[in-house]
Amino acid sequence: MIPAQFDYIAAESAGHAIELLAEHGDDAKVLAGGHSLLPMMKLRLATPELLIDIGGLDELAGVAIDGADLVVGATTRHADLAASELVRAEAPLLAYAAGQVGDPQIRHRGTIGGSLSHADPAADLPMALVALGGTVVLQGPAGNRTVGADDFFAGYFETALAPDELLTAVRIPRRPGVPWGYQKFVRRANDWAIVGVAAIDGRIALANMGPMPLRATAAEDALRAGASPAEAAELAADGTSPGEDLHADREYRRHLARVLTRRALDHEAA
Amino acid sequence: MTHIELTVNGAKQSGEVEPRLLLIHYLREHLGLRAANVGCDTTSCGACTVLLDGTSVKSCTVLAVQANGHEVTTAEGLATDAGLHPVQAAFRQNHGLQCGFCTPGMVMATVALLAENPHPTEAEVRTGLEGNFCRCTGYHNIVRAVLAAAQAQAEQAQAETAEVGA
Amino acid sequence: MSILGTRVLRTEDPRFLTTGGVYVEDLVDERLEGACHVFFVRSPIAHARVLSVDAGAALHAPGVVAVFTAADLADLPAIPPVGPMKPEMQQHLLATDKVRFVGEPVAMVVVSEPYQGEDALELVSVDYDPLPAVLGYDPGDDTLLFEDAGTNVAGWWGNPADLKADLFDGCEVVASQTIVNQRVAPAPMETRGAAAVWGEDGRLIAWIPNQGAQGTKSGLARMLAVEPSQVRVITPDVGGGFGAKFGVDPEHVLVCWVAGRLGRPARWSETRYENLIGMTHGRAQQHTITIGGSRDGDVQAYRLEIVQDAGAYIRAGGFLPMLTRLMTSGPYDIPRAESVAKVVVTSTTPIGAYRGAGRPEASAALDRAIDLFAAEAGVDPADVRRKNLLPPFTEPHRTAFGALYDTGDYVVGLERALAAADYVGLRKEQAERRVRGDVRQLGIGLSSYVEITGMGEGEGSGPSENATVEVHPDGTATILTGTSPHGQGHETVWAMIASEELGIPVEKITLKWGDTDLIPKGGGTGGSRSLQLGGSAVKQASQELIEEARQRAAAQLEANPADLIFDKTRTAFNVAGDPDAVVPLTQLAEQERLLIRTVFSGPGATFPFGTHIAVVEVDTETGKPTLVRMITVDDAGTLLNPLLAEGQRHGGIGQGAAQAMVEEVVYDPDGNPLTASFADYPFVSATELPSFELADSETPTTYNPLGAKGIGEAGSIGSTPAVQNAIIDAVSHLGVRHIDMPATSRRVWQAIRAAQGQESEHA
Repeated sequence: MIPAQFDYIAAESAGHAIELLAEHGDDAKVLAGGHSLLPMMKLRLATPELLIDIGGLDELAGVAIDGADLVVGATTRHADLAASELVRAEAPLLAYAAGQVGDPQIRHRGTIGGSLSHADPAADLPMALVALGGTVVLQGPAGNRTVGADDFFAGYFETALAPDELLTAVRIPRRPGVPWGYQKFVRRANDWAIVGVAAIDGRIALANMGPMPLRATAAEDALRAGASPAEAAELAADGTSPGEDLHADREYRRHLARVLTRRALDHEAA
Repeated sequence: MTHIELTVNGAKQSGEVEPRLLLIHYLREHLGLRAANVGCDTTSCGACTVLLDGTSVKSCTVLAVQANGHEVTTAEGLATDAGLHPVQAAFRQNHGLQCGFCTPGMVMATVALLAENPHPTEAEVRTGLEGNFCRCTGYHNIVRAVLAAAQAQAEQAQAETAEVGA
Repeated sequence: MSILGTRVLRTEDPRFLTTGGVYVEDLVDERLEGACHVFFVRSPIAHARVLSVDAGAALHAPGVVAVFTAADLADLPAIPPVGPMKPEMQQHLLATDKVRFVGEPVAMVVVSEPYQGEDALELVSVDYDPLPAVLGYDPGDDTLLFEDAGTNVAGWWGNPADLKADLFDGCEVVASQTIVNQRVAPAPMETRGAAAVWGEDGRLIAWIPNQGAQGTKSGLARMLAVEPSQVRVITPDVGGGFGAKFGVDPEHVLVCWVAGRLGRPARWSETRYENLIGMTHGRAQQHTITIGGSRDGDVQAYRLEIVQDAGAYIRAGGFLPMLTRLMTSGPYDIPRAESVAKVVVTSTTPIGAYRGAGRPEASAALDRAIDLFAAEAGVDPADVRRKNLLPPFTEPHRTAFGALYDTGDYVVGLERALAAADYVGLRKEQAERRVRGDVRQLGIGLSSYVEITGMGEGEGSGPSENATVEVHPDGTATILTGTSPHGQGHETVWAMIASEELGIPVEKITLKWGDTDLIPKGGGTGGSRSLQLGGSAVKQASQELIEEARQRAAAQLEANPADLIFDKTRTAFNVAGDPDAVVPLTQLAEQERLLIRTVFSGPGATFPFGTHIAVVEVDTETGKPTLVRMITVDDAGTLLNPLLAEGQRHGGIGQGAAQAMVEEVVYDPDGNPLTASFADYPFVSATELPSFELADSETPTTYNPLGAKGIGEAGSIGSTPAVQNAIIDAVSHLGVRHIDMPATSRRVWQAIRAAQGQESEHA
């Protein structure tokens, strides 16, 4: 219930945060909204020695258009993303996904950078990023690099983020008016998805069907080859490796993936 | 220890705190504001809900140091000399509390909910309170209270507009 | 105009809404200054021998005052099992040679500041020798939880040899099923806690959130081996109890002991994790139900075979099945009914009372049986109930199980609920959806129940409760009650009852409870006893006070007491026909203390009843059930405050529906709890429930002057089986005949597949 002791620094800039990360490596963690990290620290599943707070850095917040992309600052809160007129116009799937995270209080604090860095395979925003084919901007001592969604999520709660890198922004291709579908199957309101599906523009991403958000590539291929949503959805679970837990066994997850994919595609088509 | 300065219920506060001190414990133990309660370990139940810069947050998952430079409002800061806040009054009118443990958090979540959505439907009230657990009431009267508060606040706003216009 | 029966707003609310209740964790008291904080080392293993406890590192950690193990408690007694169970099955306050459930307290670390506690806990090292977990309703005896007992069967209620092999002879239709009434967590919003200090006078003051301070006090005295007069229990505001905060848990005793041992106030507050594994759990009964009758829906025979999983140590689990058996036949007229119960121990959290405490189990089994029979016989479940419910009675009716139902009109309850639900319309819609083959199918589930409230013995003969009413010279009044409210609104309702007799306004009447120095005797609040017994005692005391006052006023006026009128509007006596010769109550109180203590005794327990109808939609592709409507009749006799009575019904319905749909405490095959947080244990939010439709029904009891029965638990008794039956009903046309609770999406989906002949990869 109470985290182990740690030191705390409020970073003065993104550059300052990166310097500290470079200095402390794995002993330090970045704190933004804290709603992925602090719950783990309170259960002592994470025990960083130093927290680098970037929550106050205006340079990392906000949403803007940059050419063909929507650029979302890493410390943009889920609630702000969900309510943003700009995001609702240019990437409504992202706005919707942000509005699905947890509950209102959690959405008032949690940030997109934090959620993506945390990389919970059952979470909304990682799945949304994969569906949207977005990229993350990572800043390190050597400068910036971008990593595509399909490459960013490396494994169970693992990303391509290096210990001395900071996720500073997320770039989403603008798709105003492009239909999309989103299905999140939960046991009760503020649970993580037992299985989730996000579909847009021929891309289908699945949450909680493996150690990271997965593309339902067999289903995508079928759609491209002219299959109907129902036919394509039958292949949604192909190539996935769902786990077993309190909520579902593998078979039920595979079934849900198929049903929810069909519903997401039907919604998209409607 | 880290020095923090913040405004709580309109009054400036400052203190030296451990970085790991949770905001809920800063409010309860350092400031004696004990209406908000700790009800769980996993940011689930919302009994600790307060307002941070006007929006609802679970103060068990905010570090006191993160509140440095910000404004916190707790249930104790709602009522005025004029009486109960409309949300508090509506909870009383509609028997929206029994044991009272979830109530301060529920009230603060409601204040924030109605600020963002002044005319919620019943369904919007229910999902709007998904971060606040209650074991006693079955939520029925809490929902009634929130809808009544929305109504009361809407009427008050209308009356104020009418006054301004008059 | 009587205040009784009106929707008086709660007088306790303003403080809860502004500054908040003062729960044990909120207490600021000079007697607790400098308190140390107790943290518990708990077993992470379900079943093991304890080889050693090494506190060396912990003792050197910042702020650590002391570390205690069982060796330090050698002079304290063990806790015997409750009920006619194997006496060897005892619990030690701190585990001695064995641990028997994940969460069992093994050692205590005492620190100066709360934040130091978890740091210090990490430094205590316990060496365990693991043993196989003992789990399930048929744990067998290969691994014994208590070697000295020689078995994991703790005891029986009833005798299996008495079951009649020919019970179902002559029944045209017989249905049978083994079902589970699953283990759930009471999960009040306030976890457990305590604050304790021993005064210089050698007396213990213990602030403990509880449901009956007097019972907590005697428990503490017994376990601390001190005279009861040495113990004072004060009850702070309590954030919910639901049966699990009665009496004392080992932790409460230990905190008091630490305070004595260290000569320093001690406090304890548990985390939610500790609460979900350390507070007693509820239910955990397996039922083998067999029901038989005629093809036209006449139920002729019913057998209920119960196995109670009592958990590792026998608390209420030792007697709950007795209550279940008492209510075996419920509201039905079943010519041949029998039941028996076996109690087993397992390496899990002990079972305690939880809203309904044994009676929801009986109802759930019976309602499931009725529906199974209805399906087998091809008769509508409402018709089966109507056909078999006991006809209305105003004279007490004794059942074959020894329960004496006071008054009841079960058929009216059923009809009212059916009408309010538009049952005919619902069945029509269900049929239409089935014909269309809609993905979202409709299910309608019923439960007709009767339940026992206000039972037990008290100060008087039979169920009883005390009250003291005092009128003060300033015109205010104070009531002392033996009940222990924790959300039920006694401050308001007891004041209403007294106000009705005394003429003093509700706002001027203060209620006190839960301090054993002030109120040495009392039965607390649970088993839905408070209004019928405690409220009646308040009425009785108020009436007796007026009579006492009348005698004094008569003496003063040199008149015949029979000639005096008590004018409530003036709270004064005057001689009939002479309104100016007035003696106010306040004047009498000024002259001599005006106070009456009385004990109300009722002739026996009362039996509220009702019918619940749940309407559920099931998404047949995913299996997910959604509760869309809940219509109830809960008849608890005369309603003193309908607003508060509704609140009690709502709360019970919410908990009951949640049990049917999602709630369950789950252990893995090694006895590790998998639902030990609110992220994993599916406590429902407002999103999962609809608004409820409550229909009115008041069939007064003749057992007390209020005409009131108990309503606190009724909501949770009817709702669980109604919702379960509704979920099954939604997919019965697909061949499903039973789904165990919680009827989660996965279980519904698996049931559909199994009924349609599709084998699952997993059994």
